[in-house]
Parts: sequence; C-alpha cells; structure tokens
Amino acid sequence: MNIILYAITLALLLFSFFKDKRKTKTALKKAWKSFSNILPQMLVVLLLVGMLLAILNEEVILKIIGVNSGWLGVFLASVVGSITLIPGFIAFPTAAMLLDGGAGYMQIGAFISSLMMVGIVTIPVEIKYFGKKITYLRNALAFLFSFLVAFIIGWVVNTL
Amino acid sequence: MKSILKRYRVFLIILLGLLIVTLFNKTLGLHALSVTAYSLKELLLVVPPIFILLGLLDVWVPKETMMKYMGEGSGIKGVLLAFIIGSAAAGPLYGAFPVAAVLMKKGVSFKNVLIFIGAWSTTKIPMLLFEISALGMKFALTRLLIDIPGIIIISFILSSVISKKEVKEIYENAGDLSS
Repeated sequence: MNIILYAITLALLLFSFFKDKRKTKTALKKAWKSFSNILPQMLVVLLLVGMLLAILNEEVILKIIGVNSGWLGVFLASVVGSITLIPGFIAFPTAAMLLDGGAGYMQIGAFISSLMMVGIVTIPVEIKYFGKKITYLRNALAFLFSFLVAFIIGWVVNTL
Repeated sequence: MKSILKRYRVFLIILLGLLIVTLFNKTLGLHALSVTAYSLKELLLVVPPIFILLGLLDVWVPKETMMKYMGEGSGIKGVLLAFIIGSAAAGPLYGAFPVAAVLMKKGVSFKNVLIFIGAWSTTKIPMLLFEISALGMKFALTRLLIDIPGIIIISFILSSVISKKEVKEIYENAGDLSS
C-alpha cells in the first residue's frame, strides 16, 4: 500500500517539477512547514500511546471486555478504544485474537469503532485545528455512536 | 535552537520520564519504547508523501475549483468527494487534520470537511480489506454500513451547532496553520 502512495507522490512531484520548478519548490516548503508544525505533538502522542499499550496488555483487556461483560463491557471497551490509538494493522489482528480469547462481538465492535473515531490522546492536536467546541463535541458524539455500532454488530453477528 | 527546544519541550519531558521508569521497571519501559519506536517508523513511512501531496494540492489546485466541487451548495457531489478523498487516505487520524486545514483554506464547506475527517477515521479502503481478513466479512461490512450514515449524521449535527462566526475563526486559523 505504501508503495502505491510513494509512486503516486513521486510521479506527481516529477510532473509538477517539469511544469513549474518554482511552484514545486513552494509546494515542498509548504509540505515541510505543515509537517514540522504537527511533529512535536505527534511525537508526544506516540510516546503516550507506547506507554498505554505497555500497561494495557491483552490479559488486562480481556478481563474488561469478555463475552459476558454486557453493556458495562461495551462501555469499558469504548473507553479503552477512545484512549488508545493503535494503527489498524495492529488493531484488527489484536481484535481477532481477543475474540478468540473470549471477548464478545459487541465489545469488540465498540472497541474498534471508538478506536477509529475517538482520539483522547490526539485531542490537543485536534483542538489546534478545529477549536475546543468541535473537538469535544465530535469526540463525544463518536463515543456515543460506538454504542450503536456495538448494538448492531452484536445483533447482526448473533442473529444473521 | 532555543525555539526547537521549546517546541519539543513536552516530548522531551515525557521521554525523560519514560527513561526513568525504564530504570525501575525494565520490561515495562522497554515495551513502551519499542511500541513507540514501531509507531514512529510507521509515521515516518506514511506521513511524508501525504504532506508532499498536500503541498502540491495547495499550489496547483485553485480555490475556485475546490469551492465549486466541495464548497457551500456543492450538495451530494461534495459529500461524495469528501468520502472518496477520506477513504482513499492512508495513515492515522492525526494525519487528517493538516489535510483538513488545506481543504478549509481552499473553501471546502465545513460539513464536507467534517465528512472527510469521518471518512478518514473509519472507511479507509486499505484498512477495510485488512479488517475483512482479520475479523470477517460480516463484521467489517456491518461496521461500514453503520459508519457511513453515522459519519454524515455526526457531520450534520456538528455543523449545525456551530455558528457562522465560529466557523470563520476555525477557517482563519486553518489558513495560518498551513500557509
């Protein structure tokens, strides 16, 4: 997947360079500026996530969101998903492993949903771009939405 | 030099804290450091091309074009485009914020910016394929089918509770962040 992204970027960059060197230079300058703008916060986020994941190992997670944990488990799964920030290619296999290990579909649905849409550790970055009101409200709505996702996924997997 | 130190202050303090923790609890500390190093590698791999594409978009695509297709009154066309751009993306959610800033600068309506953020967070196509292989078709498709209306509803709620003045402030700030 990364190869495609790099290929497209390189092709467009070369095309742009041949069309207009000056504009390309401006584009690269802008790219660097937005990158260095966000880098300090991103590094903080990565460190916090590293620490969280070291503390929340599978055993701890499984205890919280087992198949019989019910709505409390769904709630806690959403909380865990909101706080952590795991890239998808780690999150999905982990979720599959947790399902095998005895987690419920509803809880995993809530976990995946809040993992993707709610970002507690990235809130400072989000506020920088969207302001406090939208950031808090968006995360709160996404958190509530994960319950709906849990409910429907639980229903689909158990009845269809 | 001083300004660099200041900007990375929080990061350096937490890193120092983590190193101190590692002295007392080696397993926990090393685990945390290795997870961090792993995500850092992912970040450095995925994020640079996104920012370069962003720079190119900013320089080459005129504001009028973006406004026409995704601005106020662009209707269903704008919503669809926001979904497509967001879903084609790669990288974690925080990578979406700088992109959103450029979209705002280009005059994309606030509702469509929010839909873009929602799509980036949940309906990314590369991730969907991965989700199907890990959790099964039923799980992945169900989630996708709930998430699409969910993203639209959340975007409508958010853009309806915020005043024109507040949107204007966010847009002005976005211009400063990405210029």
